This record gives sequence, C-alpha cells and structure tokens, in this order.
Amino acid sequence: MNQPTNRSNRILLPARNWFIAFSLATALFLNLIPVDRLPLIPDWVALVLIFWCVHQPLKVSMGAAFALGLAMDIVDASIMGQHGLAYVLLAFVAGGLSKRILWFPLMLQAAHVLPMMLGAQLVMMAARMAGGAEFPGVLWLLSSVVAAALWYPLTYLLLLPQYRPVEKDANRPI
Amino acid sequence: MSVVGHTPPPFFKRGPAPLARLAFFTALSLLLLVADLRFHTLEWARLVLTTVVWPLQRVAQMPAEAGEGATRYFASLVKVQEENEALRDRSLTTANRLLRQDHLENENRRLRALLDMKERQPAEGRVADILYAARDPFSRRVVIDKGQQAGIEPGQVAIDDLGVVGQVTRVFPLAAEITLLTDKDQAIPVQVQRNGLRAVAAGAGAGTLELKFLAANAEVQIGDVLVTSGLDGLYLPGLPVAKIAHIDRDNSFAFARIRCEPMAGVERHGHVLVLGKRQVMAQPEEPAEASEKPTKGRKARRAAP
Repeated sequence: MNQPTNRSNRILLPARNWFIAFSLATALFLNLIPVDRLPLIPDWVALVLIFWCVHQPLKVSMGAAFALGLAMDIVDASIMGQHGLAYVLLAFVAGGLSKRILWFPLMLQAAHVLPMMLGAQLVMMAARMAGGAEFPGVLWLLSSVVAAALWYPLTYLLLLPQYRPVEKDANRPI
Repeated sequence: MSVVGHTPPPFFKRGPAPLARLAFFTALSLLLLVADLRFHTLEWARLVLTTVVWPLQRVAQMPAEAGEGATRYFASLVKVQEENEALRDRSLTTANRLLRQDHLENENRRLRALLDMKERQPAEGRVADILYAARDPFSRRVVIDKGQQAGIEPGQVAIDDLGVVGQVTRVFPLAAEITLLTDKDQAIPVQVQRNGLRAVAAGAGAGTLELKFLAANAEVQIGDVLVTSGLDGLYLPGLPVAKIAHIDRDNSFAFARIRCEPMAGVERHGHVLVLGKRQVMAQPEEPAEASEKPTKGRKARRAAP
C-alpha cells in the first residue's frame, strides 16, 4: 500500500469563527429533534466537534467540548456531566490525533472517527450504568457507525466555505 | 486541509498543556456527575437552563410535529370512520357503568359514613399532550406540555384510558417530565386484584415490569391484573397497572421472578391524564391484614409511614 501523502490537497482559506460556531449550534439544534428512540440517528454534536477538533485544534478543543456537553446534558434530560465527560475525552483524542488523521484519505479518516465515537458512547454508558441505569441495547451503538459513514459528506459540507475558486494561474508558486 | 499554524513556535502562548486541560475538565465533569447522580443538587440549575432553551426545543420539534400532522391529515376517511364507530361502540358498552357511577359513588359515600370510614378522595385530573420521549437512551421518560403554570407538581400520577402510565418526576415552568412505569428507577406499590396480595412492581426496562420480593410460592397466576394499592399515599387505589405475563418459580431463590406487562400504552404516545395530588391521609386501620408487606423500592419506602 502506498504511503499516504498530504500533497494533492487544495489550499484552503482560513476557517471563520462564526462558521465554526454556527455549525456547532446547528448540530446542537439537530440533536434537539425528538427521534423517539430510533437507534441509527448519530450524535451530531459529537461528530461536528470531532471535525473541528481535527481541522482547527487551536480554535476548538476541550473547553468548547465541555460547554457543548453541558448543553447536551440539559436538553437531553440526562445526568449532568455525562456528555461533558465524553465530549472532553473526545476532544482530547481528536486534537491529539489531528496531525495524523489529516494525512489519510477520507475513508481512512472515517476509520479513525469510528473508534472515537464508540469510545465516547462507552464512556457515557459506563457513567450511566454505574448509576444503575438500564442497558440501552446494542443497536444504540450503531449510531456511531452511521456517524463515521457521514464523515465523508460532512467534510465536504463543512469545508465548503473554505474552498477558494479554482483559478488556473501557471505562474503561481504553490 | 493543511492548517497553517498547526505547530506554532513555542514562544507563542497556547495556554495550559492539553493533558492539564484534560485533567481539569474531566475532574469537573466527574464532579458534576457525582453531584447530580448521588446528591441531586443540580435540579435548580437544570430548571433555569431548561427554561432558557425551551423555545429552541419547541422549534426543533416543529418538523416532527408537522410530519405527524401531515400523516394524520392524509389518513383515509374510512379509517377515521371506523375508529369513530369503534369508539361509539365502546362508549355504549361502558355507558351502563358510567351512568350508574354517580349513584354508586353516592351509595359508597353513605355506606362509608355508616361504617365510619374515611371518604375516598375523588379523582380529578388535567389532560396533557405527550410532546416527545426524552432522548436519553438510558431511561424511559416522556415530556408533556403542561408544567408549573398548569399546576403540575412532582409526584403526581399520569394515566391513560387503560391504566397508569407513570409519575411526574420533574416539573419545569411550561413542561413536565413523566418517568414511565418501565423505567428502572420507578417503583409502584400494587396489589393483585384477584386476591388482594400486596407487592411492589418495579420497571425492568424493555417495556416490562417486574413484581419484586414475592416469595417463590406466592399466590399469583399468569393473567392476574395488578392495581395500585394506594398504600403510598400518592397513587389512588384501584388504578390498573399491569398484567402478569410470566412467572419463574425457582426454589433456589427466595423470591419468584414475575414479569408483568403494563396495561396502559406506556411506550405509545398520545394524551395522558395527570391526576391531582392526593392528600396524604392517615390510613384506616385494617384488621387482620397485618401480614408483612414488602417495603423496598424508593416509592414504597417513602409511602410506608
């Protein structure tokens, strides 16, 4: 197998802060939609959080993750700190792996995202089951698989504002 | 996807090291977890913050509600007519009992007065719409559209047309949270309708209840109907709760494992009736029924004086 390279990537515009905030808020809003225990709905906040922790580790990291976790705990009517703990760990791992992940093609990036999402779910499960809650079922873990599958379209969607128009300039140095 | 400034020179300030930040936030989260799980000290914060995000939550529910409304709109006329027919039949079959209820209640009051017993409390209620099931996959809760402003209080009982659905556990200004009977933390004192045997039913998850702490040779049968015993001072006595579906009498255990299925549409959604708070009154002495009653479970323990 070829060594992965970072060579052919397009040069991106800098990420705008308002767009990062907007995408995270949209994810939170998507999480508010009641789905009545459908097992396959991914945790949008976790997914978008991983994305920004990987792509902009200096702008989005554990502080934002903790705040988002608290917000999720409130709207989810779950135990306070449950999402906070999972998201902080998620942000730590994603930020630490960011330099590695970006060298891979998108499919292999998704393979990195899957264990991270599963890990976050297992952390939440451990926190709740230590408090005596019931086991939510194996199907619940499938939402991580869906989230990892969404990594490919999500990357294009969230990087869209950073793409610059393709202009052919033979004299440009890079 | 290259990020300029991924590794800035060390002379730029970048705040505390990631590991230090991780330790700080993890400790904070664990602190919150323990504070909420063990000591339940964060309810006031939850109340305030939930009220703040309530409008946003309502907006998020709009697509789902619109979809539901659309499906209802396109439901065929025939179906509605059939349903109407069935409802009319049912109201006719129950009319007999309903018409005599006033008479029976009067008679009951007079007889109780004769026997010098406390009067039964009349039930009154408030119809509420179930908005959605809480997203938390670890518990069984639903949110209704009436809250403090409608006089809902924690501890009130929610029923539907078939039986008990659950109990109000959290109240917000404009909404309230009902913990369903099938939640693992929910217990309800019941008695077997056939022979008056008292027990505690606790949620077992997966849409079932479990009758706890009944001896392996207890006198219960499959198909027995469980009704609320009213011993706790919260539930009115006589509300149907569940039907026994499976009994596992294993003599190597002290207690029988009894699975019950709830009578009410506990995990189906629609409307519920939240019954008014029952005034806790001294229980009338019941002679010759001083058999030991199981008083485990959170609700039951609170009830037994």
